[in-house]
Amino acid sequence: MQHYTMNLTLKVWRQKNASDKGHFETYPVKNISSEMSFLEMIDVLNEQLIKEGKEPIAFDHDCREGICGMCSMYINGRPHGPWQHNTTCQLHMRAYQDGDTIVVEPWRANAFPVVKDLMVDRSAFDRIIQAGGYISVNTGNAVDANSTPVEKEKADEAFAAAACIGCGACVAACKNSSAMLFVGAKVSHLALLPQGAPERKNRAMNMVAQMDREGFGACTNTGACEAVCPKGISIENIARLNREYMMAGLTEDK
Amino acid sequence: MLDSKIPSGPLDQKWTSYKGHCKLVNPANKRKLEVIVVGTGLAGASAAASLGELGYQVKAFCFQDSPRRAHSIAAQGGINAAKNYQNDGDSVYRLFYDTIKGGDYRSREANVHRLAEVSVNIIDQCVAQGVPFAREYGGLLNNRSFGGTQVKRTFYAAGQTGQQLLIGAYQALERQVALGKVTMYTRHEMLDVVVIDGKARGIICRNLVTGELERHFGHAVVLCTGGYGNVFYLSTNAMGSNVTAAWKAHKKGAHFANPCFTQIHPTCIPVSGDHQSKLTLMSESLRNDGRIWVPAKAGDKRAPNDIPEEERDYFLERRYPAFGNLVPRDVASRAAKERCDAGFGVGTTGQAVYLDFKYNLINKYGKAEANKQGLQNPDTETLVRLGKEVVKEEYGNLFDMYEKITGENPYEVPMRIYPAVHYTMGGLWVDYELMTSVKGLYALGEANFSDHGANRLGASALMQGLADGYFVIPYTIGNYLADEIATKPIATDHPAFLEAERNAAERIQKLMNIKGTQTVESFHKRLGKIMWEECGMARSQKGLTKAIEEIRQLKKEFWSDVRIPGDINEMNPELDKAGRVADFIELGELMCIDALDRNESCGGHFREESQTEDGEALRDDQQFAYVAAWAYQSDSNWQLNKEPLTFEIAKPSQRSYK
Repeated sequence: MQHYTMNLTLKVWRQKNASDKGHFETYPVKNISSEMSFLEMIDVLNEQLIKEGKEPIAFDHDCREGICGMCSMYINGRPHGPWQHNTTCQLHMRAYQDGDTIVVEPWRANAFPVVKDLMVDRSAFDRIIQAGGYISVNTGNAVDANSTPVEKEKADEAFAAAACIGCGACVAACKNSSAMLFVGAKVSHLALLPQGAPERKNRAMNMVAQMDREGFGACTNTGACEAVCPKGISIENIARLNREYMMAGLTEDK
Repeated sequence: MLDSKIPSGPLDQKWTSYKGHCKLVNPANKRKLEVIVVGTGLAGASAAASLGELGYQVKAFCFQDSPRRAHSIAAQGGINAAKNYQNDGDSVYRLFYDTIKGGDYRSREANVHRLAEVSVNIIDQCVAQGVPFAREYGGLLNNRSFGGTQVKRTFYAAGQTGQQLLIGAYQALERQVALGKVTMYTRHEMLDVVVIDGKARGIICRNLVTGELERHFGHAVVLCTGGYGNVFYLSTNAMGSNVTAAWKAHKKGAHFANPCFTQIHPTCIPVSGDHQSKLTLMSESLRNDGRIWVPAKAGDKRAPNDIPEEERDYFLERRYPAFGNLVPRDVASRAAKERCDAGFGVGTTGQAVYLDFKYNLINKYGKAEANKQGLQNPDTETLVRLGKEVVKEEYGNLFDMYEKITGENPYEVPMRIYPAVHYTMGGLWVDYELMTSVKGLYALGEANFSDHGANRLGASALMQGLADGYFVIPYTIGNYLADEIATKPIATDHPAFLEAERNAAERIQKLMNIKGTQTVESFHKRLGKIMWEECGMARSQKGLTKAIEEIRQLKKEFWSDVRIPGDINEMNPELDKAGRVADFIELGELMCIDALDRNESCGGHFREESQTEDGEALRDDQQFAYVAAWAYQSDSNWQLNKEPLTFEIAKPSQRSYK
């Protein structure tokens, strides 16, 4: 790999807290190595801001390995930036050229209020899981693991859906701020496994109801969620969610 | 005096006998008892969920925005369990023995045997929760092998095992939240343990969004706050992983055990420059299929694919023919360092070795696939193509991650790897019940010291976190709480709560008032450099003595010149980080003191003064077969307590992987 350094202009969303209106600020950053990650570039800027006596930019990040789902920047109009199947923390600066201007915003959705600068509150996702995103099995209840064979294909599909990291990029990309990909992934993960079968009806109904209560929008099948999903969660999971929801509604015993 | 409270009786009966005789709390009383769980990784989430299921009132805390973010999520390779599904001779005893031996005879037999016993229940529980482990075509679970063992006992979900296990535990936790048994506090950081009449009765924490301090009561406090690898600044830990909760507990009377036992993982992506903020692991499971080598000629600058077979040195296979590329982590790390120090390293910095998949891509996977598909005499190209498909399924996400970070395609070019700090075997001293030296204060998972001795085997961290949370603490905490049923909740305006809160507030104020010139990050980097150089892969009396001096200087400088922007009563990540780095500095000093005291080489702790003629680690059981449990006395002043280690079943021998 050829390495190079670059000078960039950053336009970053600054917002003191949830009640502040917020605004963009422009920062020049110099001598950025193409080998840095995007967040390391922000680190450089923050060190510079602190030295100048200014407040650094607050942003969520933790593992920096693309798996915890904490980082959440909306970069030049796309969640997690320009690369496919990627999180912001794994975006590297070789994606940019000297002289580029980069606009960085937080996730924008009513259900994800801004906490500060680029940090948002995604606790709505936890509450959706609380509504049914689990299998009710207390510790100690389990039978021997190999007593429940699972067709490899189904297991692989369940795994692909379970790869969701709960980052919220799907919501941020959607013009309706819909959480259908997130909910679809969880409902699919559990519905595809025999262990998840007993609760599949209630799960679909309750998780969708909670999703609506949180203020996420409806799905209009534009597929923006799938296009930006760092884990490549397929939009087929939304179709499966719709089927699960329909079946549950049609066969409800009441 | 340290009492490890190990039950009497034969080793394989201890846990059964303990469970049969420990005190129980009846369901009506459980509802009246409150338990605080700090941290929501595998240990914390599984403990909080299980205790909630039992009927205790649980409050769980994490500093991230959701319990699902905890760094257990990043574990890649797998989780061990003595299921023997592969019929290859595994058993509880073998897992126990491998763990004791892998830990270089510095862990407790009784704890490790219990861990091996409950390992099988963990897999059952996780599968029941819907954890999508890898499966065979027959629908049954698949296994892979891992370093330091000769059986296939590792369960996995591609390279995302930690994620899948944590999501399982997180879902169980959220279910209890929905049922009202667990109250979850996110974006909260624990700043102190409240001790009343010698018992842990609550915590002080800071709401990281508003900056407010809060007081929380619990009949018992369970710390599941992970390891302290970030003391080295660069490590595979998450950016937020820190020692603060454990360190505050230590200062309130919990002994810190074997702090110098840190694990340097052999296969991480090498450092690319000064901007580096963290290091990324490439799972050890890759050593199943990758062969590690350097050029046989020092300073050979040719591209790896241009170096012919006979001019490569597969140094692990050469030095350790019995285990080859699957030697334990500490052995593999030191061997890589030895080659690089001798001038055989590769890449721009010379601080890397190759991990090459080509051989197995063709010979192991390619040929097997060709056979399956009935292809006669396939050419190399076909074998490579077929092999790639299988490797993609096994490790695809890791290969993608490598390519994103380095810009190189590991299917075509060998990976460049170098050791990096990964895990800390040391931690809060706990007895058999996982209770620290403060009554009612427990430590689970990586936060405690108990199971991995001086070196942890691969795929055992997930196992220990879940064993402690799902299957150990639900029993042992009952044995304590049974005597607490008459204790009414203590109001949080009790003087001990107020004093602890005042101390936390004063410390924050003190940090903010320094208004110096240097950033928190710059101090953290300097600490990391001292630790990596003098308390890293090789340690010496001279280096450690120097490091202790340097850390003391750094501490002075930190407390007189650190600059923290922003205010106290708001979201202020720099302030959070400052508190953590201040604690890391103190811990760093203790780590060096511990490393200096332990004048032997064992596991991840390699003292230059203690090696064999051919450079292998030399353990000294005569003098050092003990757990070093340090009691905090005052600033820079600790008292060493020794818990002697006795081995009745797994008799110590010099580890050999040759």
